[in-house]
Amino acid sequence: MSNNTTHTLQFVPGTEFKRRAAEVVANPFLRKSFRGAMDFLMMKRAAQFPDPELLERQRDLAEHIRRYSLSKLPQLLEQLEANLTRNGVTVHWAETPDEANAIILDICRRHDTKLMVKGKSMVSEEVELNHAMHAAGIDALESDMGEYIVQLADEKPSHIIMPAIHKTKQQIAELFAAKVPGVSYTEDVDALIQIGRDVLRKKFMEAEVGLSGVNFAVAETGTLCLVENEGNGRMCTTVPNVHIAITGIEKVVEKLEHVVPLYGLLTRSATGQAITTYFNVITGPRREGEKDGPKEMHLVLVDNGRTQAFADEQLRQTLQCIRCGACMNHCPVYTRIGGHAYGTTYPGPIGKIVSPHMMGLAATHVLPGASTLCGACGEVCPVKIPIPDLLIRLREEATHDAKPGHAPLVGQGAGKTAFASFAFKGFAFLYSRPALYRLFTWTATRFRFLTPAKQAGWTDTRTPLTPAAKSLRDLLAERQNRR
Amino acid sequence: MSARDNIFRKLRAASTTTLPAPDAAISAHYASLPRTAKDQLAQEFAEKITAWHAEVHAVPRGAWLDKLKEVLAAKGIATLLYAPATAHGQALEAAGIAGLKPYDRPIDEWKQELFENVDAAITGTRGAIAETGTMIVWPDATEPRLMSLVPPIHIALVDADAVVPTLYDAITQQKWTAGGNTLPTNALLVTGPSKTADIQQTLAYGAHGPKELVVLLLTGEAQ
Ligand code: SF4
Repeated sequence: MSNNTTHTLQFVPGTEFKRRAAEVVANPFLRKSFRGAMDFLMMKRAAQFPDPELLERQRDLAEHIRRYSLSKLPQLLEQLEANLTRNGVTVHWAETPDEANAIILDICRRHDTKLMVKGKSMVSEEVELNHAMHAAGIDALESDMGEYIVQLADEKPSHIIMPAIHKTKQQIAELFAAKVPGVSYTEDVDALIQIGRDVLRKKFMEAEVGLSGVNFAVAETGTLCLVENEGNGRMCTTVPNVHIAITGIEKVVEKLEHVVPLYGLLTRSATGQAITTYFNVITGPRREGEKDGPKEMHLVLVDNGRTQAFADEQLRQTLQCIRCGACMNHCPVYTRIGGHAYGTTYPGPIGKIVSPHMMGLAATHVLPGASTLCGACGEVCPVKIPIPDLLIRLREEATHDAKPGHAPLVGQGAGKTAFASFAFKGFAFLYSRPALYRLFTWTATRFRFLTPAKQAGWTDTRTPLTPAAKSLRDLLAERQNRR
Repeated sequence: MSARDNIFRKLRAASTTTLPAPDAAISAHYASLPRTAKDQLAQEFAEKITAWHAEVHAVPRGAWLDKLKEVLAAKGIATLLYAPATAHGQALEAAGIAGLKPYDRPIDEWKQELFENVDAAITGTRGAIAETGTMIVWPDATEPRLMSLVPPIHIALVDADAVVPTLYDAITQQKWTAGGNTLPTNALLVTGPSKTADIQQTLAYGAHGPKELVVLLLTGEAQ
């Protein structure tokens, strides 16, 4: 059934979703902090889009740009590689997380470094780079404030834009006092940020290698664009002698002009900001005569299941994503269970549709099901990914064999259970025989008092399911008679 | 087969038809937005970047050095990093500003000093964007990248005549990539001082980059 050989995350197992979700739901403290943070982010986003018609035009445009880019993805990747190479950047390709980590480790070894400073990169989280570096004796230090906090606490980000959103300032104050030498407890946010700044500035100076993600890669010019507020991304890409960028193969667009509408929607959708403090446009390492910037630059382009999504026209839409996080901010499930419960690098709606390609359906098949299909994610997505449709599609793939003529997804059918097939077969049998169906509803409505009060699992947190006193058919018949 | 070959083989195996290019739609979109009048652009930029926590001083072109001296005194800036080969760098030297520190050697020779002993840096810009209150910073061999990042205070000179309505206008009107132009190693958009809201969504300035941004907006007749 499933031959899942893809990457599994080291810190949180990809299964046990229900148990972890139940834990968070039972924790009023965590629920309150997620609820508060999501309400805040939703409000800030809404303030950026006062004109719904304009927003719709902007989303259409952004969708057009992303779909166009994907429609010529192989050509754009070739063009990107050629132009980066011309600019003096070494381009590497990795099909798996292990390959990506090996490439980066190799570069670090050549420079004999023990310290790498990292800007925010979800792809580096996806391949679990820190873990691989640690195993090889290299300290991979996160420098985005949120990521730094999460790393100090030995955790993973709970949100793709705001990694430490699950933590209160009291918890962060305790963490700093316990883990940063010479620091005493303070809840003052400015003081806490100053502590992080002081620690990390030393590291920027010392580190031989800086690592970053990429928000947009521009094929025509061989340019990498990075979006940030803090300046740590600029530090990582400018101060160390070596800059390694890592990103997914879907991040490429053709021209710098194509980035403009995407960038405008990214920051507004993510945090409700019209723009970030820095937009860092990098076109190669230090040139002859320049006084700073890295002397050596690399780009690692990662597949990790993206080609599987690309193979299918509907699933390909997953790759339009610009990682703004709006879908999770607006998701009633994410708001209640937070980012860690998912057990995937990318939580929330985008996580549910992208993780099956990265980790296989065997590890992730429950995720597409953990949705009310309310549609909020699809409505706010700035690049108009029809997330609910993709959730339904993945539910189907998780519980059925591949359709004839379609290659099976990794872990295809991993969510099939004997009970569910039996129940659906029984339902189909009943439903296709009108006489039998009438008999069934007649019995169920008349003997509804016999329904058990405890229904395996369902009634733990919900009221029991009881048939109505009258079936819809009976009600309609009564109406007809009354006329 | 290399990873590269495998990735391209899989991508090419998928059926795709190239969609129409979005260029015309992008240009039509920006043309359809309400335009700020040309003589209002500098004002809009100043208001927006002030809202992003920058300190803006509009000064007549000929008087920026006096304003700078005031700023240096008010903030107690003892060392000011500057780029000696630029026109404004030479004006600084000629004005005999105290505490000037030229960026005249590769960073490798004085990294620690830059991080620990420079109070502020002054740079030029390639203009600004009104819509978002954004400066276009264009580092090169004479005015390096780290000047606008490492010192705790960044002072920037913005020409009021070089403010354009949107980022799209900046890229197209200034021909960043058209006509055989190549981008610098590191073009930058800078909108306010460094900041973060990573602790309980509370905004704090000076996360890793400058804690303060001072804009000297040069107005009046071009010289
Ligand atoms: S799927 Fe859409 S809303 Fe969600 S992160 Fe991606 S771009 Fe944003």
